[in-house]
Amino acid sequence: MRFSEQFEQRFTEMLGHYPTKRSVLVPTLLYAQDEAGFLSDEIIHEIAGRLDLTDLEVRNVISYYSMLTTKPRGKYNVQVCTNIACMLRGGEELLEHCSKKLGIGHKGTTADGLFSLEEVECIGACSWAPAVQVNYDFHENLTTVKMDKILDGYKSKV
Amino acid sequence: MPDVNITVDGKKVTAPAGTLLIEACKSVGIEVPSFCYYPNLSLQGACRMCLVKVEKMPKLQTACTTVISEGMAVTTDSPEIHQARKSMVELVLGNHPLDCPVCDAGGECELQDMTFSYGAAESKYIEPKNHREEQQWSPVVYFDRPRCILCYRCVRVCGEGMDVWALGVQNRGVSSIIAPNKEDHLECEECGMCIDICPVGALTSGAYRYKTRPWEMKHVGTTCTHCADGCKTTLGVRRSDSGMEIVRGDNRDKSGINGDFLCIKGRYGFDFADHAERLKQPMIRKDGRLTPSTWEEAFELIGREFSRVQQQDGGQAIGVVGSNRTTNEESYLLQKFARVVLGTNNIDHHRTADFPALAAALTGKPDLTASMRDVFNAPAILLIGNDPTNQHPLLAWQIRNNVRLHGARLYLVNAEPIKLERQATSVTQVPSGAEGRVAAFLAGDDSAADALTGNTNREGWIALRDKLRSEANLIIIFGSEIRGGDVSSLVKFTLNIQGAKLVCLADYANSRGAADMGLYPDLLPGYQPVAQASKFHEEWGAVPQTRGLTLPEMVESARTGKLKAWYVVGANPIGRFAIDPYVFSKSFVVVQDMFLTETAAMADVVLPAANAYEKSGTFTNTCGDLQVVKKAGEVSEVKPDFEMIVRIAAAMGFDVRQLVPFGPGTRMDMGQSRGAQSGEADRHAVWLEARGLEPKMSPFDPTAILDEIQRLVPGYDVPRINLLAGNDQHTSLSQSGPGAAQNPKLIVAAKDDLFSSGTLGRYSRALNSVMENHRNQPAESDVVAD
Ligand code: SF4
Ligand code: SF4
Ligand code: SF4
Ligand code: FES
Ligand code: FES
Repeated sequence: MRFSEQFEQRFTEMLGHYPTKRSVLVPTLLYAQDEAGFLSDEIIHEIAGRLDLTDLEVRNVISYYSMLTTKPRGKYNVQVCTNIACMLRGGEELLEHCSKKLGIGHKGTTADGLFSLEEVECIGACSWAPAVQVNYDFHENLTTVKMDKILDGYKSKV
Repeated sequence: MPDVNITVDGKKVTAPAGTLLIEACKSVGIEVPSFCYYPNLSLQGACRMCLVKVEKMPKLQTACTTVISEGMAVTTDSPEIHQARKSMVELVLGNHPLDCPVCDAGGECELQDMTFSYGAAESKYIEPKNHREEQQWSPVVYFDRPRCILCYRCVRVCGEGMDVWALGVQNRGVSSIIAPNKEDHLECEECGMCIDICPVGALTSGAYRYKTRPWEMKHVGTTCTHCADGCKTTLGVRRSDSGMEIVRGDNRDKSGINGDFLCIKGRYGFDFADHAERLKQPMIRKDGRLTPSTWEEAFELIGREFSRVQQQDGGQAIGVVGSNRTTNEESYLLQKFARVVLGTNNIDHHRTADFPALAAALTGKPDLTASMRDVFNAPAILLIGNDPTNQHPLLAWQIRNNVRLHGARLYLVNAEPIKLERQATSVTQVPSGAEGRVAAFLAGDDSAADALTGNTNREGWIALRDKLRSEANLIIIFGSEIRGGDVSSLVKFTLNIQGAKLVCLADYANSRGAADMGLYPDLLPGYQPVAQASKFHEEWGAVPQTRGLTLPEMVESARTGKLKAWYVVGANPIGRFAIDPYVFSKSFVVVQDMFLTETAAMADVVLPAANAYEKSGTFTNTCGDLQVVKKAGEVSEVKPDFEMIVRIAAAMGFDVRQLVPFGPGTRMDMGQSRGAQSGEADRHAVWLEARGLEPKMSPFDPTAILDEIQRLVPGYDVPRINLLAGNDQHTSLSQSGPGAAQNPKLIVAAKDDLFSSGTLGRYSRALNSVMENHRNQPAESDVVAD
């Protein structure tokens, strides 16, 4: 199992920040996922070993956080907020629209592996609701028309 | 720590600073309800059943996570608190299947009790419940997810207590679930601790599930019959076609030396009792074949043959092999029978530790042995050799939890890597076989250090020794790697450390008892040499004073045709020592056992024996803790070894009163003065039993021999009432006889692991299924012994 240089640097640095090793688990998982796309059995085992944890303990943590995944996701992970502010301003319609357009449901991935869809809780962009997060990019004050453009934009990137 | 004063429901309570409120309440008899709180496990604060009102605090507080502070005023019950608890129960019941009528826990379920005390009769929850079929996680662990109330006790006891970490929590909030470490199954030590600790019926036992209802069983607290640690186990029994059947083993009675602990063997390893191959009829060899007979015919034949050999060739032509799993009373009786009735010192057993060497080194030196309880509290422990996690599961638990809860320092010296390294302060490797040199080195022989290379140099060893010398109240635990003179070196080292104590590790449930009771050709009970005049000679009259034959010598003697008869009680020397069965074919062989072992198959007479769960008496664990063994199961076709020994003596025309000093015609008062009101203790019986004066009505009463043991065997004169009340009583070796040097080669380790247990394990379905599951060696090829 090989991670990038940058991962290793971050990992080593983080270890010094906490009194116990296991404290770096969550950021480590996130960095690993960013690199590999998802947390494979191999990655789980490797990280568990580095932090003196059992594989099960690492899985427990992964299953707790919805941002962490053990299954491959599409290149672009479309996260539609349906929490209160977004819901009031059309978040649910937006989700349904995306679902129709992409032909997938919550946690689904398109056959070409380009998009995944997810319904998420508040992403902290309530002032500009409804909001959608695609990987680490935010898109705000959305309508279905704007959403189409955004999705097309991602599609044309490849 | 300084004491802190608080008031609970108007009562003044004083407890050391740092005490949890829930414990402080308990100390004055006020019960605060709880699900997730469990003493000695990390705090969880998950269930909120323990809410109490603390004055000046705005909201109700969880008593299980609140540490008491000076002047705290607490109310544990009020309409507000009651309402809060009621809501908690309602929430917990929200997704509960309420299948109490078929649930294993029904009748002893904490959720039922809590609902009964605090719950409401109605539920506002109308959504469909989440259901999931029951899952089998291992041969012995089943999980019924909807019943789980997410208290996380199982997760914590497996991780913190067992150091196995096989259970986890996945997801979060309402969708949290308990998960096993291998996706859909467990890979673990199969101890069943998680099942016992589960407050509801979510985790259930493969051996017991859906078998019976808790209130239909009788519960008998007795001592485990497997390893030498002596856990108290509670056996649930119910009527069966042929007597009483054991349906469950658990540790519901937490007063034993094992507290919360039981390993797989103590919990599930009782099913050998109703194995299809269990011997249930005496058998006599006729025309070369073992043929069923009556008891009378068998005893008569044995009596006649033993007498004949004795008259023609003398007692020395008979060899006796005792057991590591019979009670103290039986072992004592057996050697007395050999010496007094047969007139021979040819008696031995499968030795797994050098107790004679220990006794010899400890004579005249009091307080040098540690009890199993001490191991949990000692500030420091040195362990030389052995792998307790596999061979002494309770000892491993005591050590592990002492380190976790009291910060004990654990020093390991071992040839192999062992799991306890995870708890160790220091790990020192020795070359295999050099453990004895460690003892010599510790005792001050610096030249021994040269043999101790491994991962540590000479300076390292010296530093370790210096460190150990400074550890007051150190407990030194050693495996059978250390024998003979090395034991006395270790005792010498122990004497130099203030308060230090020893534990010598043997392998079977009553190996220590077998040794203490004198199953040796040269030692009487209490390590009294046969050649020296002693109380035993005074009491028994003339007994042979020359040393008898050891087991290998008996085999040799039988080979040359000198040994004419064998009496083997609860042992399988042919299977254990790979003896050529032909050697046994030339003599008259009597075997008492539960199964047709390799040795029994060669016998002329086989007598079906009861096991330790089917009789009463006492066991001494490897530390020297004496405990009672109580009859739980019953198979009507078999007899305890005790009775069979007496019957053989009688058949030889011996006056059994000389063998078993039972009461001289006691007249019993069965009249009005006894137990008149229901629930009233029988004061007469209690008083008499406490003093060992209760009538011994027949020569089959083991307490008659217990009287003699307590009177004659040094160190066994412990208070009888404590023993009978089910408390462990530490015996001492300091008044023992001088012992005698033994050939170290006679000690052969049993090499049982977590899932094997000699003959008993071979015939236990539960243990076999676990072994198969773990893809160990198939059980059939296992070496079997006593
Ligand atoms: S049986 Fe014992 S080791 Fe296995 S999961 Fe349960 S507590 Fe852990
Ligand atoms: S399985 Fe039992 S012990 Fe484990 S969390 Fe659920 S209720 Fe508690
Ligand atoms: S640790 Fe030993 S005595 Fe205790 S239950 Fe297991 S086998 Fe029995
Ligand atoms: S509710 Fe959607 S971002 Fe906060
Ligand atoms: S017992 Fe206090 S929160 Fe569970």
